[in-house]
Amino acid sequence: MLRNRQLWVWWAGVLAALVLPLVNPNPYQIDVLATALLYGLLALGLNVIVGLTGVLHLGYAAFFAIGAYTYGLLNLHAGLPFWAGLIPAALVAGLAGVALGLPALRVRGDYLAIVTLGFGEIVRIAFTNLEQWTGGPNGLLGIAHPSCWVPGRGVVSFGVSSAPYYYLILLLTILVAGLCARLSRSRVGRAWIAIREDELAASCVGIPVLQLKLLAQGIGGSIAGLAGAIFASKQGTVTPDSFDFILSVMILAMVVLGGLGSIRGAIAGALILGTLPELLRGFEQYRMLLFGLAMILIMRIRPGGLFGAAHRLGRASSLMRQRTACPAPGG
Amino acid sequence: MNSFELLLQQLANGLTLGAIYALIALGYTMVYGVVQLINFAHGEIFIAGAYAALTVILMLSGLALPWWAVLGLCTAGAVLGCGALGWGIERLAYRPIRRAPRLNAFITAIGMSFFLQNALMLIFGATDRQFPTLIPLVRWQLGGVTLTLIQLVIWAASGALMIGLQGLVMSTTLGKAMRATSQDLVACALLGIPVNRVIAITFMIGSMLAAVGGLLFGLYYNTINFHDGYLVGLKAFTAAVLGGIGNMPGAMVGGILLGLLEGLGAGYLSAQWKNVFAFAILVVLLLFKPRGLFGERVAERA
Repeated sequence: MLRNRQLWVWWAGVLAALVLPLVNPNPYQIDVLATALLYGLLALGLNVIVGLTGVLHLGYAAFFAIGAYTYGLLNLHAGLPFWAGLIPAALVAGLAGVALGLPALRVRGDYLAIVTLGFGEIVRIAFTNLEQWTGGPNGLLGIAHPSCWVPGRGVVSFGVSSAPYYYLILLLTILVAGLCARLSRSRVGRAWIAIREDELAASCVGIPVLQLKLLAQGIGGSIAGLAGAIFASKQGTVTPDSFDFILSVMILAMVVLGGLGSIRGAIAGALILGTLPELLRGFEQYRMLLFGLAMILIMRIRPGGLFGAAHRLGRASSLMRQRTACPAPGG
Repeated sequence: MNSFELLLQQLANGLTLGAIYALIALGYTMVYGVVQLINFAHGEIFIAGAYAALTVILMLSGLALPWWAVLGLCTAGAVLGCGALGWGIERLAYRPIRRAPRLNAFITAIGMSFFLQNALMLIFGATDRQFPTLIPLVRWQLGGVTLTLIQLVIWAASGALMIGLQGLVMSTTLGKAMRATSQDLVACALLGIPVNRVIAITFMIGSMLAAVGGLLFGLYYNTINFHDGYLVGLKAFTAAVLGGIGNMPGAMVGGILLGLLEGLGAGYLSAQWKNVFAFAILVVLLLFKPRGLFGERVAERA
């Protein structure tokens, strides 16, 4: 269970996040934070797959894309409003996760990583090439922004202002983080961690490994689907190049940076890596160079991630286990 | 051109691409073999080789040397430059975290890839660079199939390098040390094999092969862009996995197979779908042979 002090930190963080737009109404900064929080949502979802279950996934952006396109297409062709669109977006992306997992989980380790990578590329290229449905490289245009009823002003569209999206994403991130926290301490969550720590032992004590891995893929997929629907409604357009391999890698980097399996780590990792390119904007053309350098240095300075669960658990999982016991560097 | 000639033509084009993939895939697979690291920056090393060769060519352009001399000098420049780059990357980025968990090494490699990609963009610009056609444009018509001298050079160069590499790994002391290191690093260190040096040399050889791949790529397509590193690198990595990562003949076969498949995919399906085709084949193959074509059955838990 969370200790009281930890809960305090959580609530203080949430409170600070809630009042931030009131204290600092700079729309650009709020927008950067909203995007970083959206990454946080994605990192939470990927954390279920990679962090808890220990399945290395390199095509996570595909689920994000599937969610975005599901909402976009349903909105454009069936006039489905945003709030109703969240459900099919999460469902379709979750089903895609299970559908990919069903054949792919036979494959192990680095080979699984490349299968998921291939899946991500196939989905992106398919969205690019299926022009008659997806608008090809130009994507879907004119997707409706969310709207909600405000007392005294009737139904108001979120439009292009940043703050409503910020609050929407913040709310969802808190909900999903709470869900993940409950889930990771539940019977299912403990079974996931058992699989991550030692798949063979887990299956020997009767844990249904395949079903639980599929469940993780489904939950992780549907979280990305939710994020995708929000992304589509926020941008108003969806183009396939928003969902490239680099995005999958970035989300993975956020999870690893935060510490595998750690919920606050996933959010912290997303906030750091999500805002870092913007913070480095002063360096203009050098920022991605510095970003790469930062990734290298962080991994070197804090190998277990910021809130690494690995240290608290007895044994390191196969993902976290040392690759090879090597002699000391330079020896 | 009848359908059989079209098939042969696509196979010839695919073989050329596949030979380049194979050279790059060898670097992935060699590094994976000794340190179990997916060296994500390898694609950037490949395109750095192309840029290094281009730099040498531009430097020599005023001297009116014969084309084969320019070719030799720019090959030397690319190979030496990338060898040094590979050595530096291993020494500065990968060696310090060699004892760290696998995923950390993977993220470090991705960070290195971002770093190099942007460094190349800053140095050489973001736009396509023209790569000179060094090799004279000679064409042969064999039946209905057109072959160019460049294609033959690519086939010959990559074939010779692969045979040379196989010889190096199978029948020299260094090769024996490399194979031993890939089996058990600690035991090797205990027996007095300088494993750090062996790993550094493996990185250098892989990078040098990628440099030749980059040069050939530039000669074949005549334009290079810093983005090509990522895209071709990904394909070559796919090729290495296709053959069974860690297995050198597997990387060669995987590279050529992927090139052939892409050639056929581009010829018979559509150019737009050729990348899907390559990945779909890979996914389907891995479902039936989960360790690639020639991957050894490694124990699940080390």
